[in-house]
Amino acid sequence: MTGLNPEKQPLLALVDRETPLDPAGYDRKGGWRGLRRALGMSPAEIITEVTESKLRGRGGAGFSTGMKWSFVPKESSKERLKYIVANGDEMEPGTFKDRMLVEGNPLQLIEGMIISAYAIQARHGIIFLRGEYHLGLERLQQAVIQAREAGFLGENILGSGFDFDLHVHPSAGRYICGEETALITALEGRRANPRAKPPFPQIGGLWGAPTVVNNIETFSNIPHILANGTEWYLGLSACADGGTKLYGVSGRAKRPGVFELPLGTSLGVILNECAGGMQDGYKLRAFLPGGASTAFLGAEHADIIMDYPTPEKAGSRLGTGLAILLDDKTSPIGMIRNLEHFFAQESCGWCTPCRDGLPWVERLLIAIEEGRGTQEDIDRLHDAARLIGPMGRTFCAHAPGAIAPLASGLKMFAEDFQRMVSKPASGTAESGAAGQAA
Amino acid sequence: MSTAELTAQDAELPKDLVDTFIDMAAHEHHPRGAAIEALRLVQERFGWINDAHLAHTARILGMSQADLDGIATYFNLLFRKPVGKNVVMLCDSVSCYIMGAEQTRERLCRKLGVKMGETTPDGEFTVLPIVCLGHCDHAPAMLVGKDLFGPVRPEDIDGIIDDIRARKK
Amino acid sequence: MAKIVIDGREVEARSDVNLLQACLEAGEDLPYFCWHPELGSVGACRQCAVKQYANAEDTRGRIVMACMTPVTEGAIISVEDPEAKEFRGEVVEWLMTNHPHDCPVCEEGGECHLQDMTVMTGHRERRYRFDKRTHNNQDLGPFVKHEMNRCIACYRCVRFYRDYAGGQDLGVFASHNNVYFGRHESGTLESPFSGNLIEVCPTGVFTDKPFSKMYSRKWDMRGAPSVCSNCATGCNTIINERAGKVRRTLNRYNDEVNRYFLCDRGRFGHGWVNAPTRLRSAGYVINGDMTPVPAQAALDHFGKIAASGRLVGIGSPRASLESNYALRKLVGAGNFSTGMAEPEHSLVKLAVSLLAAGPARIATMHEMEQADGALILGEDVSATSPRMSLALRQIKRTAFNKAADQARVPHWMDASVRTLGQDTISPLFVVSPTVTDLDGFAQDAIRAMPEDAARLGFAIAHRIDASAPDVAGLSEAEAASASRIAEGLLAAEKPLLVSGLQYASAALLQATANIASALAARGKTPLISFVLPEANSMGLALMGGLSLDEIAAQTADATLIVLENDLSRRLDGAQFEALVGSAASLVVLDHSVTPTAIRSQVTFPSAAYSETDGTLVSAEGRAQRFLQVVYPDAPLQAGWRWIADMAQAAGLSHVQPWARLDDLIAEIAATMPVFARIPEAAPAADYELEGTPLRSQTHRVSGRTAIRANISVRDIPPPSSPDTPLHSTMEGSYSTDMPGTLIPFYQVPGWNSEQSLNRFQQEIGGKMRGGDCGVRLIDAAGGSGTFSSGIPEAFRARAGQVMLLPEARVFGTDEMSMMAQPIADRAAPAVVRVGGTVAEGARVRLSLGGEIFTVDAVSDPSLPEGVATCPPHMVSRSWSVPEWVSLEITAPAERVGTESAV
Ligand SMILES: Cc1cc2nc3c(=O)[nH]c(=O)nc-3n(C[C@H](O)[C@H](O)[C@H](O)COP(=O)(O)O)c2cc1C
Ligand code: SF4
Ligand code: FES
Repeated sequence: MTGLNPEKQPLLALVDRETPLDPAGYDRKGGWRGLRRALGMSPAEIITEVTESKLRGRGGAGFSTGMKWSFVPKESSKERLKYIVANGDEMEPGTFKDRMLVEGNPLQLIEGMIISAYAIQARHGIIFLRGEYHLGLERLQQAVIQAREAGFLGENILGSGFDFDLHVHPSAGRYICGEETALITALEGRRANPRAKPPFPQIGGLWGAPTVVNNIETFSNIPHILANGTEWYLGLSACADGGTKLYGVSGRAKRPGVFELPLGTSLGVILNECAGGMQDGYKLRAFLPGGASTAFLGAEHADIIMDYPTPEKAGSRLGTGLAILLDDKTSPIGMIRNLEHFFAQESCGWCTPCRDGLPWVERLLIAIEEGRGTQEDIDRLHDAARLIGPMGRTFCAHAPGAIAPLASGLKMFAEDFQRMVSKPASGTAESGAAGQAA
Repeated sequence: MSTAELTAQDAELPKDLVDTFIDMAAHEHHPRGAAIEALRLVQERFGWINDAHLAHTARILGMSQADLDGIATYFNLLFRKPVGKNVVMLCDSVSCYIMGAEQTRERLCRKLGVKMGETTPDGEFTVLPIVCLGHCDHAPAMLVGKDLFGPVRPEDIDGIIDDIRARKK
Repeated sequence: MAKIVIDGREVEARSDVNLLQACLEAGEDLPYFCWHPELGSVGACRQCAVKQYANAEDTRGRIVMACMTPVTEGAIISVEDPEAKEFRGEVVEWLMTNHPHDCPVCEEGGECHLQDMTVMTGHRERRYRFDKRTHNNQDLGPFVKHEMNRCIACYRCVRFYRDYAGGQDLGVFASHNNVYFGRHESGTLESPFSGNLIEVCPTGVFTDKPFSKMYSRKWDMRGAPSVCSNCATGCNTIINERAGKVRRTLNRYNDEVNRYFLCDRGRFGHGWVNAPTRLRSAGYVINGDMTPVPAQAALDHFGKIAASGRLVGIGSPRASLESNYALRKLVGAGNFSTGMAEPEHSLVKLAVSLLAAGPARIATMHEMEQADGALILGEDVSATSPRMSLALRQIKRTAFNKAADQARVPHWMDASVRTLGQDTISPLFVVSPTVTDLDGFAQDAIRAMPEDAARLGFAIAHRIDASAPDVAGLSEAEAASASRIAEGLLAAEKPLLVSGLQYASAALLQATANIASALAARGKTPLISFVLPEANSMGLALMGGLSLDEIAAQTADATLIVLENDLSRRLDGAQFEALVGSAASLVVLDHSVTPTAIRSQVTFPSAAYSETDGTLVSAEGRAQRFLQVVYPDAPLQAGWRWIADMAQAAGLSHVQPWARLDDLIAEIAATMPVFARIPEAAPAADYELEGTPLRSQTHRVSGRTAIRANISVRDIPPPSSPDTPLHSTMEGSYSTDMPGTLIPFYQVPGWNSEQSLNRFQQEIGGKMRGGDCGVRLIDAAGGSGTFSSGIPEAFRARAGQVMLLPEARVFGTDEMSMMAQPIADRAAPAVVRVGGTVAEGARVRLSLGGEIFTVDAVSDPSLPEGVATCPPHMVSRSWSVPEWVSLEITAPAERVGTESAV
């Protein structure tokens, strides 16, 4: 066990990555309290409480969780088929928080899902877990069986008359599966292309039925809100929104990792106090505050408050809250090329700008990185950023996510780019390794 | 059974898998909901998904071969070609890149004498790039089968590979 | 309707469409790829970007995809906005990164939507300097060519093939910019609608394989509107010609009939008009060989034969009304046969009388698509009227739309509607003795022998309205089905009933009519349709005449004239011999060599549908005109012209030559009241638009004289015909307002592909600007109808005998299309399917019409024991009607034995 204070760090306090708690042990440590209380409330009361707790989605978009639930048609679970789905795809590069929650305390997630299911009156739950999380899958499957045996899943949960069961659905790869409509499509055994809205999943999701998709961290907050109340939950945070947040850093920090801190903690605290600062000999040059699809912020923002609005004001997003650090010895062009390779490769192939625009971006970056780039190539990158980046140009948010680090990087590292193309170009036709990289 | 032996395609899936699939199909709201999991199980058993197994799975789930293959070829963790006994997946995403994954990759390829995407001639190892493994705090990260490694610096490669070779003997 | 503003111009837009449709309907040039007028919007290509402003004060606006944005009152958009234009240009540039610039060798060149859109966006400079991805192509069978490198990933092909047409064997593979559209492995596309991919694909990935073997650019071909003659559905087509050869068949939009799609039999079934089996001169048959003779000699010869006795005429349900009428006039109504044998003759008449006397309106195919409750009773429509089955598949979609209405999702949001509808129950019921392609789209697919299907139908009628006669002795399951279907039909606002002649059962037709009457009695307005066997079955039934069986009594010592009809497909060997043998002489007019023609004394070569003009009446009762595209060399001419010539040669003055087709049409209309309206089927030959006749060629035809330079380099005078309103040249008028029946090709400046159709429509998916296509000759009597009580006995197996049912096929059982090579290549070999189990490799011996046939047998567990099916006309030339047969199964071992002995 972490030795953390459950009053201050409720999400991680019971996390044990060696041997996670079983239902009885979880009970002894204060688990299931939220569920017990919730089952005595009406669904509407729960939704109000979650809304008032100001819990915002931890999957990246930051939408109010209670509000999302309130869009679901109100019929009871017996009258209408509905689904609750946990998004455990976690494929955003630089993000490694949900893995800790499923490996270390799967029952917390399950409890959160039962409460949520009750709140929207769903009888079926699915945990969508990325395919590479083998240990997480094992632990989750075991926890589901244990919870079912202990009467927390199945019919008439804790004598409440409410029926709910869930199963774990391992994915088979593809970042886009994390996009909630694509996730639903994947669950239907189809190519996981995102879907058009309307209908929103809350109205027509899995198999056309009302469906709520929330991030694993989001669900893991629910038991604590119900157990301890809104006021307590709001008090955890250091900003206007409620709760703690799993923050983290990767890159050249001394002790990269995940840390549970009040929502609204500054990056300075996260990096310097929790992660031990930069490794010796490395200086922070810039960072992506919350995963690969957030825009670069320069070192001058090293102390930025990591709540929802502040990074946005600075031109980026909180995203997943796990920052990726660019140090002074790593090539920013190489880093951006690496990111765009990821996004080009993970494009689902549905819409043109993303499918065909991003591979071009990647090739231009390779050419520039290898010294074969031209001034026009930089112009083309700016064009791509301008044309693909704004929301609504592509079918889903994947491509805007891809453009965030590119657009910001082009500005922030303009000199690096310029330096790389100032040599005379080595020809016009490209082929070979660079050309085939996608 | 090695993957090489399996290239002579077994036309039918073993009975226990068929039963599992029928069971899964019955539990899903629609049989096709079991598609991805069924393909995962085929792969877990045989290392990869051959045409005959794909066709049989499609029949059980009431899907056409084109439909199911459209899925099998969509998801990158499903292999439609034979792979080695050990699939080595080296993260090529951003945090690992920053932490030197490209050097680790070079070392890995040199050690095994293959390029990314290839299988060693003895059929022991296939090396593939993989996206972020959620192990960024231990970058560079690497997944061998179900085992997660990290940080994997170039100098760690020999030990890891030699260990696996030794373990399998 | 809503008022919207496009670039400052206020226009009226329909409020139930999206902005892309609204822009196109307002005449804007807004490019698009993934949207298709019949397939709706999915927002994949991002090509149709426009700027939308929140209100008059908003100056910044926001880029939206027009195809995904609904029309709203007061919407303000800009197509011309520089940002929107730049984005659209960039989308094409992205698409082009992987598109090979192989337009010069691409079959789509010159009618390529991608070319049009590229020009439209102004993208002309190539800036992408890296490698393109390449793909392997597949062999997709005899109809469709595959060139995957041209793919721009608009997803239209799979959306048509799978979502719309229900095909299973075309898919999308892989992901990101490596997506691949094809089969899981090379092989013939299974869907009978695969040819539509050629028109649905906006570029040259899927092209017309037979066409590609005799390729010509769109602008180099003459076009003419035509009507498909390969079944009774009457789909509208455009046929293209160059240098005297028909090159291809395309879909021609008719909002009520086939709309945007054809079946593959229709698209690829024209090749017989170019085939060596064509008759190209008059001839005498000497020792079984056709010997050409000058036309005048043949006519003189006929004159002599005719002078010596009575004339008896056999018409044809595959020939035009005009030629049939001419023959009927020549021989006299009492000596005229419809060319149909029993039971077909009586059944077609019965079908027509039930339609005319009953309360139900004959459904157009567009109405079928929108039915919200339907029963197909005892007919495999997917084989007997493939295009109709495609319409019936859309019934499921009608149910989806209801789910979408609840979630307030507009119907054109295709993927969203499918998401919401995926769990809705289709209101379609199929009752058939065999498995049909429509079963998968039905709520219930019930297996029943024809008699039992009819009984079920009668029982349904009774359950809808108790005054309809009830059926005694139904099984519990049958009674339950009858109730369920009755409820389903009663719940529908527009219930639809479909049956046909496949199983030659009057009871099936009557049962269907009873259901219609019952529904009418309950205050519903049912729709009905009977599938008829041939392109002009309906026309012949309306014209009237004797059956072949009846006329057989009159042929003794008469001169028998057979018009475009192969009697050997209708009469078994003995009947055929009796009929032909009893006649003093046999005169055949036909366009192809048939077993009947081979038996004639004199043969006259008639023009095929591509070489003449005429009228056909579809099973919907719609009279439609086909126009000639080829100007054939003499002596080929229309059947009715030959008949006039024959009359003259024989000195029969009651038939005076008609100078023009229109004269003949006018005479028919004047003398036969049922045909009074056929002149309206299309404008007359003297039609002019803006004071000029219409042209059938584009303004760009190249090599007009060069193509026959090996013969002569002189410019030859353009051919002409008094029968067609289309001029054979590129001189004449052409406009988007021209009548739908006269459109020779679709093209407007900037739009060279078939997508230019939107410019010819009043609204997208609606009526043609130039008016309706065809005229309906019969319609429901209205009222409440009457009930028939001809309830058959239940089917009972017979010991020692097998009931052999006809298995209709899309490819194989139709006469003319099988003379087209691609269709013959596509047709699977004939087999006999046997109920129960037979060993693999077994064969059956069966006797049909006095002949013994040995055929491969396949076991069909869906058939009851004692029942088998056999494709009509494929094993025995004439057999097509259910029959008790004795069926001997030879085990595979014996077969091997006999074969090795041979
Ligand atoms: C390309 C893309 C990838 C995404 N990946 C994830 C993911 O891996 N995990 C996740 O929880 N949300 C992911 N999201 C966000 C989801 O679409 C969705 O907003 C989220 O699951 C909602 O949960 P929340 O409200 O609890 O945050 C992704 C979004 C996009 C556009
Ligand atoms: S932006 Fe388009 S291509 Fe990219 S992942 Fe989203 S839908 Fe697919
Ligand atoms: S970037 Fe490699 S594990 Fe996250």
